[in-house]
This record gives sequence, structure tokens and C-alpha cells, in this order.
Amino acid sequence: MVDVLVIGGGGAGLTAAIHAKKDGANVALVSKTYPTRSQTCMAQGGINAAIGADDSIQSHISDTLKSAQGLADEELVGILCEHGVDAIKWLDKIGVPFSRNKGIAQRKMGGASFVRACYAKDYTGLKILHTLYDQCNAYDINMLSERFLIDLAVIDGKVYGAYLLNIKTSTVELFHAKSVILATGGYAKVYGKHSTNHVGSTADGIAAALRAGAKISNMEFIQFHPTALKKSSILISESARGAGGYLVNSKAERFTDELASRDKVSLAITNEMQKGEEIYLDVRHLSAKFIDEHLPQEKKLADLYENVDLTKQLIPILPAAHYTMGGICVDKNCTTNIQGLYAVGECANHMVHGANRLGGNSLLEIVVFGKIAGEAACAYAKKEMPACKVDKHKDILSQINTNPTVDFYKRRAELAEIFYTHVGVKRNEQGLLEALEYIQALQNELKNMGVKNIKLAYNTELAEFLEFKNLVLTAKTVVLSALRRKESRGAHYREDMPNKDDNFSTDTICYQENDEIKFP
Amino acid sequence: MKIKLQRSDKIFEYEVPLNGVTLLEALGYIKENIDSTLAFSSGCRSSVCGSCAVRVNDKEVLACAYKPKDDDLIQPLRNMPILRDLAVDMDRALAFNKIAKAWGLPKEEALHVSGEDAKRNELQSDCILCSACFSACPVYSVNEDFIGPFALTRSLRYVNDIRQKDIKPTIEAIQTNGIYDCTLCNECVPVCPQGIAPKQDIEILRNKSGIMGYLNPNILAGFDDGLNF
Repeated sequence: MVDVLVIGGGGAGLTAAIHAKKDGANVALVSKTYPTRSQTCMAQGGINAAIGADDSIQSHISDTLKSAQGLADEELVGILCEHGVDAIKWLDKIGVPFSRNKGIAQRKMGGASFVRACYAKDYTGLKILHTLYDQCNAYDINMLSERFLIDLAVIDGKVYGAYLLNIKTSTVELFHAKSVILATGGYAKVYGKHSTNHVGSTADGIAAALRAGAKISNMEFIQFHPTALKKSSILISESARGAGGYLVNSKAERFTDELASRDKVSLAITNEMQKGEEIYLDVRHLSAKFIDEHLPQEKKLADLYENVDLTKQLIPILPAAHYTMGGICVDKNCTTNIQGLYAVGECANHMVHGANRLGGNSLLEIVVFGKIAGEAACAYAKKEMPACKVDKHKDILSQINTNPTVDFYKRRAELAEIFYTHVGVKRNEQGLLEALEYIQALQNELKNMGVKNIKLAYNTELAEFLEFKNLVLTAKTVVLSALRRKESRGAHYREDMPNKDDNFSTDTICYQENDEIKFP
Repeated sequence: MKIKLQRSDKIFEYEVPLNGVTLLEALGYIKENIDSTLAFSSGCRSSVCGSCAVRVNDKEVLACAYKPKDDDLIQPLRNMPILRDLAVDMDRALAFNKIAKAWGLPKEEALHVSGEDAKRNELQSDCILCSACFSACPVYSVNEDFIGPFALTRSLRYVNDIRQKDIKPTIEAIQTNGIYDCTLCNECVPVCPQGIAPKQDIEILRNKSGIMGYLNPNILAGFDDGLNF
């Protein structure tokens, strides 16, 4: 039994664990991959904070609200931006190796009125993540990896811990805890190869929370990054356009303002593609020296994945699913509607990104709300008495079909294509209904899917099958939410309803009851 | 393309009908189309998460940054227990970060860090913990408690950080099974995908330790032998 069980080892989970431990809680952190391998390491651009001489917290707040298009909560955006300055000070103290000029170096990101994103070369997420990991070692936090969240242990609306699959042995372990913090990341991998994300962004926490009775919201809002490499969806960072890169079509014509917000640029690219154009990023006019200094990763990745020398050739690109704004409903203390259960980071909806996240705000979110979640869970655990009667041997593995007749890898790839086509940058009623029909068929077919590998030692097929089931459940909530939002707003663009409609200035909230997704 | 994979103690050959792809994509193809029991680790696909290091023809590489050729032999990393096929158990290797006390020990007051100060540990903090260096290190065949290249590079990252309140705990932690157990053979240097040179970092840590009054036990031992003739 621990006071606080943190599930997920990315930036949000590590920050929460550190602060819960600082406040005196007995903490365990479990994660399906090693913490330093989490999605957070892929964040390149920076972390926003109004520390510049000209900048102000008020400006950060208003930029964030503007980008959110009416769906963010002003109080929560205020908390995010006001705590931003202290968050950077804290990261600086514990040793994050920010790039420096006069002070911490900052760059301008799309949608920001000032130079506001503090960065550490192209490795902002990586360096924050590793520094937090080292702090967890300093605080002697028990970190257990290769643990996959199967289900939360919830009785009568109160959490008592979680069932985890030890991937190394394929055994189910019950972790008793007075409080549980979900920090399990987003769901962009429902788009499979059309996502820039880490392979692990499979909605495990959101799906487990749904099954446990938690409310989730705004699942239809998915940010597409305009410039992912065409074949692999590997991200080419916004800095390539920030530095003066052009977007061009097959006729070598520019067709949009490259520095507009991500939703607008992705939409412009998709419109162009629908006319039959191929789309390229062009940085040939930038000097080789500049590219070597500022875009070394991009140069390497374009060569590796597209066989393109970007100093001489055009880079084929496509928009790809990059960040998921929807997630588990939480209040300003990261509390869910299940007692003792907290959620933080991309798996939660902190009501700060609304319809479109501003670049540089997600790293900030995980640090600011990670602290709040850790402290809140610790405070709850201190007053909460352990009284739990959950089954010790929840038998999950015997329910897995070991003679599957349908290959889930094929279905996973199909789901990704259907999602990219019908639930992508542009949506319409008919396409969404087609996607819904596909998902319903998939749900009926799940019983015929399973794993061929029945060995217990490090059975990654089993873990991937469980991830796939989480993706299917989450995909359904995305489509149903997108169908209900009969308007266009931020990242949710309906070509059949291209305008914003004030009747929809509210969150799309849903939950699961008797295997049905319901909207209150 | 035909690639060979070491799985347990056997070598299996697979025909992968793809050209110009990364090794990681080839492994994904095998798992999804030929044999779903194949195990390997992966994450970001863009060389920052450190999940997919393996050995190709006896040299450590990131599978996402390597393009395989006909008859390449793919094997798991060394010096770590194999979980299955190419997937290794990193728990014990990662624990050396803790043994080395490689972490920030902040001063009470925030400090101004100049661009020059930041350069002092910029390269060391590029480490992605892929363990390529750990696998290449020959010391583990004689001392399995060796703190090892990545954890020592991490120590230097914090020792060289001007924000550090006290470097003594970290320096002290790496005296035993640490900086003096390295043979300076340089095997860790060419395999690092980030261009870090743990061997050099270890030499710097030796100098710093000397300045702080810690003695090289090997020199002491040699000296004792000298008197005992």
C-alpha cells in the first residue's frame, strides 16, 4: 500500500511524484516504458513562460485564450500562466540545461505575441524529462517500469489502486494505493502511422478511466501538425517555418501563410492536397550554415526517412496527428469525478488548450499541473484511511483469445487510415458516420482478435493488443464527440458546417455506462 | 532484403520486402507480418527516446537511425539480461544513475547562468540513456558493479553545473566501482549516437577527484606492491 500511485513516467507523472514525495507521501511510480523513453522527450520547441522584459502574464493568458477559441477556462488558464514563471525557476534550479543568452533563451512560437518559449536546443522535452527523472532518483522514488495499466481498482466511485500487467512476466499485479494519479499521455496513436507521436500514445489511462466511470471531454479536438515527413509522419519542427521555410505545392507555388496557427496551416495543406497537389517544405533558400546550426535534426531525419537532402531538395510532407486536447475531466486540483483519482498532462483535459493548443503550453502544463496533482493527491492520501476490499486476483489474461481469427495489427492499420481520412483535419457528417460504423463493427469483432503468442516472458503482442482495445474505445468517443459538434472551431473543422456556432461554446462531455458511451 | 536476428541462442533469417527503410521499420514489418512473437523496444522513431538500441554486426546502433543491409546480423545489447529477443531489461543498468548520485542538488538561491556556463555540460545533457555505451563496455565482464559510462557522464553533467550546491556527494559516490574501474579503452565513444565521449568525461572526473583530494586506488595499490618486493 502506498499513499500515492502515479501511473505514467513522462514529465507530468515525474513532476507529480516529486511533489507528492516532497509533501511527505509514500509514492510509487509505474510506467509501461522506462520514464526517460516517454513522449515528453519528443517535445522540441520549448516551454512557455512570460519571463521576458516586455512580456506579461496577461499577454500569455490572452494568447492562450485566443488560441483556445472559447473552450478554455479563464481561471485555469490564469493558473497555468501565473505559475509559469515559478515553474521555469524551479526547472532552472533543479538543473534543466536551458540554452542561454542574457538569461534563459526563448524563441517565438506560432500564436505567441512575444518571444516566450524557453528552450534547450532542439531537446527541450528531453532535457526536462531527464532532469525530472534524476530528481526522482534524488527523492528516492520507487519507479517500476514495464507495467501496463489494465484497470483502475474502483469501488463505489472511490479508487483503491490499480491492476497492472507486468510485461516482463505477463502477470497481473494489484497495487494498493490511497490515491492514484493518471499521467498516461494522449491518444494520437489512434491515427497510427499518421501520427507524429511515440508508439505508446495509446490512451491507456483515458480508456481505463472511462471503464471506471470517469467523465472525459472534448475528445474531438486533435491537433494536426502541418509538417510531418510524408512516409513516416516524423515531425519536422515548427522552427523550420519559423526560420523562413516555405510550403509549396507540386507547381512550386506557395499557397498559405506558413506562420499561421497549426490548425489553419494544416487545413490549407489539406485543401491543397484535395486538389491533387503534393505538398513540400522548402528550405533550400536558407544557407547551409544556418541549416547545420539550427535544423540539424531535420536534416538528418529528412535524409533518413525520405532520402532527401534538404539543402538541395524539397521535403515531402503531410499533416499528422500531434497532440490530443481532449481527456479526462479534471478540476483545478486535477481531481476527477472518482474519489481519490487524479489526472494530469495530456491524458487530462485541464481546460487550458480548448479547441487548439498553443505551442509551448503543453510542457508548461505538465510541470504546473504535475505539481498541483502531486500535492493534491498527497493531501487527500494523508486524510484518507485505507479501507479496501478489491479482488486480489482479477483474472484478465484468461479472457484473452489465444486462437484469434482476425489479425489486430491489420485492423489497427485500417483504423488509422479510416481515422486519417474521415476524422482528420477535415470532417463531415457522412465520413464521421462511416468511421463510427467501422468502429462498431470492430467492437463486435474484438472477440475474434487476440494474441498468437502465448509465452509469458515479455509478450509485447499482448501489451499491444491491450493498447489496441484502448484505442478502439477511445476512437469511439472521438467520433461520437465530433458528430455532436455541429460547427467548426479550432482543430475541429467540419466542411459541412464551416463556421463557429455560439451554441457550441461548451465542452463535449461523455462517460461510459453499461458499455455505452453517453453524453449527459 | 534478408536480415538475421539473434533470438535466444538461435539465429533466424527473415526476408523483408522493403527497401530503404530503417531497421526499426524492418523489425516492425517482421512483427506485424511474419512473426508476432518477436520482441524489441521502440518509442519515438526519431533518435531521442533511446529505446531501440541493438547491435548490428557487433556494433551498437539505434534501430531507428540505421538502414539495414543484406545479411546484417542483429543482436540484443550486451551486459544486460535479455527479456526476449532484442528486448533487454534496463533496470539494473539504470540503477547506476542512482548509485552515482547523478542529480541536481540545487542551491537555495537561483543563480545566473551565462551562455558559457551552459556550455560546460550541454553535451553531457544530450544523453538519451540508450545504453549503447553500457553494452560496448568491456569492464562488465570483470566487474558487474561498475557504475559505467552513461552514469558517469551524467555525474559530470551535474558536477560541471554551476548551479550545483555541493558536488562532493556525487564525486564521493563514483570513487568505488566508478572512475578508476574504467580502462579508458574508448569502446564507449564511437557507439554514442549523440557524440558524447564518456571516456573523456571519466578522465575529467578523475582530475576533479584528484584536485578534491581523492586518491586513485590503483596507483596506491601499485605503490604498495612496490614496497613489498
